[in-house]
Amino acid sequence: MGEFIMDNLVILAIESSCDETAAAIIRNGSEIISNVVASQIESHKRFGGVVPEIASRHHVEQITVVIEEALAKANMKPADLDAVAVTEGPGLVGALLIGINAAKAFAFANNLPILGVHHIAGHIYANALVQPMEFPLLALVVSGGHTELVYMKEHGSFEVIGETRDDAAGEAYDKVARVLGLPYPGGPRIDQLAHEGEEAVVFPRVWLEEDSYDFSFSGLKSAVINYKHNMDQRGEEISPTAVAKGFQESVVEVLTAKTLRAARQYNVKQVIAAGGVAANKGLRTSLEVTFADEGIPFYVPPLKLCTDNAAMIGAAAAPMFEAGKRGNLTMNGRPGMELKSWVE
Amino acid sequence: MIWLGIETANAPLSVAVVKDGKVVAEVIQNIKLTHSAGAMPAIENILANAGIKTNELDAIAVSEGPGSYTGVRIGVTLAKTLAWTLQKPLVGVSSLKALAANAALYDGLICPIFDARRNNVYTAVYNGAGFDVVVADYHDHIDGLLNRLKAFESPILFIGADVDIFWDKIIEVLGDYALRAPFSDDLPRASEVIRLASMRDLPSVEAIHHFIPQYKRIAEAEANWLKEQKEKAHE
Repeated sequence: MGEFIMDNLVILAIESSCDETAAAIIRNGSEIISNVVASQIESHKRFGGVVPEIASRHHVEQITVVIEEALAKANMKPADLDAVAVTEGPGLVGALLIGINAAKAFAFANNLPILGVHHIAGHIYANALVQPMEFPLLALVVSGGHTELVYMKEHGSFEVIGETRDDAAGEAYDKVARVLGLPYPGGPRIDQLAHEGEEAVVFPRVWLEEDSYDFSFSGLKSAVINYKHNMDQRGEEISPTAVAKGFQESVVEVLTAKTLRAARQYNVKQVIAAGGVAANKGLRTSLEVTFADEGIPFYVPPLKLCTDNAAMIGAAAAPMFEAGKRGNLTMNGRPGMELKSWVE
Repeated sequence: MIWLGIETANAPLSVAVVKDGKVVAEVIQNIKLTHSAGAMPAIENILANAGIKTNELDAIAVSEGPGSYTGVRIGVTLAKTLAWTLQKPLVGVSSLKALAANAALYDGLICPIFDARRNNVYTAVYNGAGFDVVVADYHDHIDGLLNRLKAFESPILFIGADVDIFWDKIIEVLGDYALRAPFSDDLPRASEVIRLASMRDLPSVEAIHHFIPQYKRIAEAEANWLKEQKEKAHE
């Protein structure tokens, strides 16, 4: 991993910031020994979204099971570990607390150091599990809760150069899916419909100020709602595929264009996409084509490393551990935690 | 036999170490420190003060609720993870029963109360003499509870730091039947959690994964969803 020489650093990582209870064992921040995710999607479906209290209840039921499974699949004992890493924030506070308290109890009982990891740093470092990260690097983080452009000049250095001013991209996907009457989670369904569509309803692109790397998706979401409303009033049927295609084109065009402009300005050696929406086929294809033309290496992790998982937390924790970062048993959940560099 | 006891079901915190039927160390506090930050260090400190290493523990007792959802889950998560990784049995005890046990020598009805917000309570009624359950742990509006208690036509000892929130109402409905436990009995003790746990057969360590909090109340979103389904069925 670049300038870090890791000699068999084995980390147990735990993630419970939203609706997945996950544990993984990672060697040297780059090798997945085991990666276990207990998803709650089925349980939240009937509510049309993640219910925090229900998520917390599931986490407490699953937490020791997933940790045990991660150890069993890795054929390891606590004595084989060097540290415990856990998502400290951001996320749902009640959900975060289950992973954090389990991590603290496990670390204490087994006399291991503990590290609190930022969830977005985790998403970015999911890429380190696929190929070495090359700096300077630009990461486009897109998920249900985040839309950010992050510039990294080296390991542990994060500069958020752009972020959403209202809805996260994934949030807009879920809301538009609801307008179209698609079941939760709607993002993957819209992606699918967009590919089935021949024609697209044209929706606006929101660019904000000329030099801004920020995003805004609430206007686009409203445009879709207004379109449906107008069509309903006229008694006309909408084409879900055309709406999905038009919506997706707008999101993808803006994300791609801003990522490209930032990659040029910051002269990066690598561009990576991360987060649940990075699994979106339309976005992936657009970024792949764009950066192939530009001649900048572009990577996106496989689907199971894009959605929430603990392997990415272990990947981010490894360079933190090497940099001497340590948490302690007073660690608390930080629902609004900011992405901060751990190097000067 | 060395026990670690954990009680974080409501605002107060208590942790205790009991060795061969004697309290070695106990912390009881009701300060504005969240359990998420404070509970684990409290366990670390009490074990250090008692000179007990984690691998010397024989069993763990935890207050399993009802109470603050988050508070209950923090205690249960810590207890579950410790018990599982140490491979030691985990015993859950009702938070209400543990609180009522502070007045175990009282010969009469004991009513522990935890505030559940919006004039709701988690409560139960125990008979002090044999410590039998008269009304099992449940969630109720304070008015519902008091109507129920009125029917006993007997003195009732109220216990818990949250009783004061409802005391005027209690007096109004029960009059002279309402007795107030001394303030020194109002905070739950982890040593009582251990004492009640030690009366039970120890469960297998395989049972730890299946251990869940006793919320005594379904999540609000679930309650609303069930109501909607019922309404749909009526249409």
